[in-house]
Amino acid sequence: MLPSMPVSARGRPRRLRGLIRKEFLQIIRDPSSIAIAFVMPVVLLLLFGYGVSLNAMHVPVAVVLEKPGPDGYGFAARLQGSAYFRTVMMATMQQAQQALMHRRVDGIVCLRSSFARDLTQPGGATIQVILNGVDANNARLVSGYVQNAWEGWASHRAAERGKPAPFSVHIEQRVWFNSQVRSRNFLVPGLIAVIMTLIGALLTALVVAREWERGTMEALLVTPVRLPELLLGKLIPYYILGMGGMTLSVLMAVFLFHVPLRGSVGFLFVASSLFLLAALGMGMLISTVTKNQFVAAQVAIITTFLPAFILSGFIFDISSMPRVIQIITHVLAARYFVSILHTIFLAGDVWPVLWPNALALAVMVMIFLGLTRRKSRKRLE
Amino acid sequence: MPATSAIAPTTSVPDVLVLKNVSKSFHAGKRLIGALQAVSFAMQPGAVTGLIGPDGAGKTTLMRLVAGLLRPDDGEIQVLGIDVGKDPQSVQSSIGYMPQRFGLYEDLTVQENLDLYADLQGVIPRDRAKRYGELMRMTNLEAFRGRLAGRLSGGMKQKLGLACALVRSPRLILLDEPTVGVDPVSRRELWAIVYRLVENEGVSVLLSTAYLDEAQRCRDVVLMSEGRILHQGPPDSFSQPLAGRTFQMRVPGITRRTLMRELARRPEVVDAIIIGDDVRVVLDRASEAPKQVKGAFPDAVLEPVAPRFEDAFVDVLRSSKSESTQAPLVQPAAAVATGYAAIAKGVGVVTQAGGAVIEVKNLTKQFGSFYAVHDISFSVAPGKIFGLLGANGAGKSTTFRMLCGLLPISGGMLRVAGYDLRTARAVARSRVGYMSQKFSLYGNLSVMENLRFFASAYGLVRRKRSRRIDEIVREFGLESVADMNSGGLPLGFKQRLALAAALMHKPDILFLDEPTSGVDPLARRDFWHRINGLVDGGVTIMVTTHFMEEAEYCDELAIMAAGRILAMGTPAAIRHSAGTPAHPSPTMEDAFIHLIESSQRKVA
Repeated sequence: MLPSMPVSARGRPRRLRGLIRKEFLQIIRDPSSIAIAFVMPVVLLLLFGYGVSLNAMHVPVAVVLEKPGPDGYGFAARLQGSAYFRTVMMATMQQAQQALMHRRVDGIVCLRSSFARDLTQPGGATIQVILNGVDANNARLVSGYVQNAWEGWASHRAAERGKPAPFSVHIEQRVWFNSQVRSRNFLVPGLIAVIMTLIGALLTALVVAREWERGTMEALLVTPVRLPELLLGKLIPYYILGMGGMTLSVLMAVFLFHVPLRGSVGFLFVASSLFLLAALGMGMLISTVTKNQFVAAQVAIITTFLPAFILSGFIFDISSMPRVIQIITHVLAARYFVSILHTIFLAGDVWPVLWPNALALAVMVMIFLGLTRRKSRKRLE
Repeated sequence: MPATSAIAPTTSVPDVLVLKNVSKSFHAGKRLIGALQAVSFAMQPGAVTGLIGPDGAGKTTLMRLVAGLLRPDDGEIQVLGIDVGKDPQSVQSSIGYMPQRFGLYEDLTVQENLDLYADLQGVIPRDRAKRYGELMRMTNLEAFRGRLAGRLSGGMKQKLGLACALVRSPRLILLDEPTVGVDPVSRRELWAIVYRLVENEGVSVLLSTAYLDEAQRCRDVVLMSEGRILHQGPPDSFSQPLAGRTFQMRVPGITRRTLMRELARRPEVVDAIIIGDDVRVVLDRASEAPKQVKGAFPDAVLEPVAPRFEDAFVDVLRSSKSESTQAPLVQPAAAVATGYAAIAKGVGVVTQAGGAVIEVKNLTKQFGSFYAVHDISFSVAPGKIFGLLGANGAGKSTTFRMLCGLLPISGGMLRVAGYDLRTARAVARSRVGYMSQKFSLYGNLSVMENLRFFASAYGLVRRKRSRRIDEIVREFGLESVADMNSGGLPLGFKQRLALAAALMHKPDILFLDEPTSGVDPLARRDFWHRINGLVDGGVTIMVTTHFMEEAEYCDELAIMAAGRILAMGTPAAIRHSAGTPAHPSPTMEDAFIHLIESSQRKVA
């Protein structure tokens, strides 16, 4: 029998290097990895940055003046001049209601025949606003805009006549953080959390499950490679890929969509790393348990991607969710990260907000990576 | 049966592998399935040990236990002196292992795969160039180093998988079914590599296979069935007890199929299969057995032939099956054969002007610029078995799919029962039965529910349906499993059920796509007895296979490679065509390799 070939003393770094190099070669050659890491972020950012807007613009509104007069026309003109509305003058209320029924308009603004007279009365005048409540979000916005327009008109009118406005209440509206009230400024940072969830959890779940499915994992197990090396061999490449996707998203946010970045870039990097590690841990845990690409993808989408989309505060405000759902959001890493992103981008380094969220992320990293380590075996059972 | 390891050479080297009373079972739903039951054996160092048995015998489980990938429920495994249960990592660090799916990264090149495994195995860079050179020469892959592993042929992938497992020259290497799905030429090359390893590097090899003919190539053979070791010893020790019990037989005036059926009914006959123009019989231990056969067939010509490993396997398996208390998997051959003519009776024989039921002329199928099937022609007469033999990717399945009307043709003409099935009405389709390679029944329906579904699918209703199902269940011996989920049945039963479903509407042409891959030899014999019964009743059979011995059952055979027919004729004629003065009576595999190699020479 020949003596066994000499085995390198620097086994561990060499094995790890070999695994990482393999993973990168696979990433480069697999179009779907590149698509998820780089094409998908661009598509999502463009879609949400340009296509989806939570600002209501050019909302078609019917305006009914029961008794035309200078005051009525003045207010209608005010509405018409606003970028939020596209007004349609209607002669009767029936006509307007018909239009609302058929969805030709999203709302009706009606000035009663007593409008001009009431304006001068102590009780003040009433504007009737009827809104299509199907899209509640839109309805709320439109109602706000109408009020805005009304106040604008009233103060304008008062100034014109040199008399104080006929209201005792003077509303001063100020929008914090997102002073231009651009939903894009709010959506784009949140989207970074969704994109990193995709790369971290979904892509990782897929590639680990693929190794089980194709039988390559079985071959890797019967080598000198140790379990932590196998896990690091997956973590490191996808961490780098995920941070690449994050950098791309941040650059697009700042330079393409002109979202302000008010906080420190260093902390953004730290928080993103924590979130990405939590997502990677989640992805690896899913694929370690399921060992099947299809199931892993389904589980990853349902447990990470959808919650990141719906329950993280990315689109829907968590404080307006039902109590039970609010409690559930605490188990989602995306929730903490979205909160950090919104703060860093729009408010700046508000440490009392950032630290607790970062701490929560760190705890999740430990839970998921710890569970993955515990669930992984160098065995098939 | 006792393990015989008396042949082990005297050596000071400790046993490379010792298993003591190893048991392993798995949970499948609520049931506990015993994959291995008290298995014990020791492996000889510096030799090839073959782990042989049909699918489901427990070969892969055993390999995985040795590799530390599974934990035994009971017993002890020592690999190179290390207890696997206590220190799996040490074992995994010191052996080579090639799983059934060979663990290659298809999106990495040949060189990158080698580099990865060299890194993982800790081969120092200084030694690599030399080792790579040796491995590439050995596997003939030198020219393909830059090619993606996914673009290699099946045989080349297999060789690369082997090279990756050998990158550090381990003392023990485990190869799990390395020759499955590989064409005979690549199979021969693979064996050559394994031999070179053993001779030049002193490696001990444990190799599992479902091909019984590979037993002859091993120094030591461990024969497994249903989680137990039936016998261990050198290949000759298996066939020795069969000396003087194997014959080639023919009787003038009786067709070989009838003869086989008659023989299978006799108690002194252990096995009877068709080989060429003769029937090969294995008789039982009694010394008067040859006389009894002679007495039954006075005109019979009995030529003694050398026993083969498969004869031994069937002999051992038959006796182990009759000892076991559970119901036999295979019905007595007599009962099988009689039921069949009854089914086939209702079948009308198709007669046509040309006398052929299946006609194919200049048939071509192109996928882009690739010819999957290139200008093939053949015809099949009614009541005959026509076989398509070829390696994976030869174009067999494509031809089949075109015949069944599942795939449009690119050129040429084909007729089945006088119709082009792709355009023909349901009437034409109703005359054809199809049994696919994969188990195509509903695994979560019971046997009865499956049969009811297929009966309805073929338009049988009410009285007619229940009568036909009763008939089929009785004749296929499915009563005992009628209410069981078909997914959990043993492979032999599944295959019988699939055949029953394909025959539900009494077709007069039956397409069988690799019908017996993976089933044990007994179930395979049972299957062919049924098929022969159908043929006697006038049914025409078209079958694809990559089992060389199965080709012998065919009346006519076409050997395919790279989309073309290389040779066509009776099995005997094809075998004889490969005969040389030095090698006068080649086997079907020899003939196949000869044809492939000479066609490749023509191309080159």
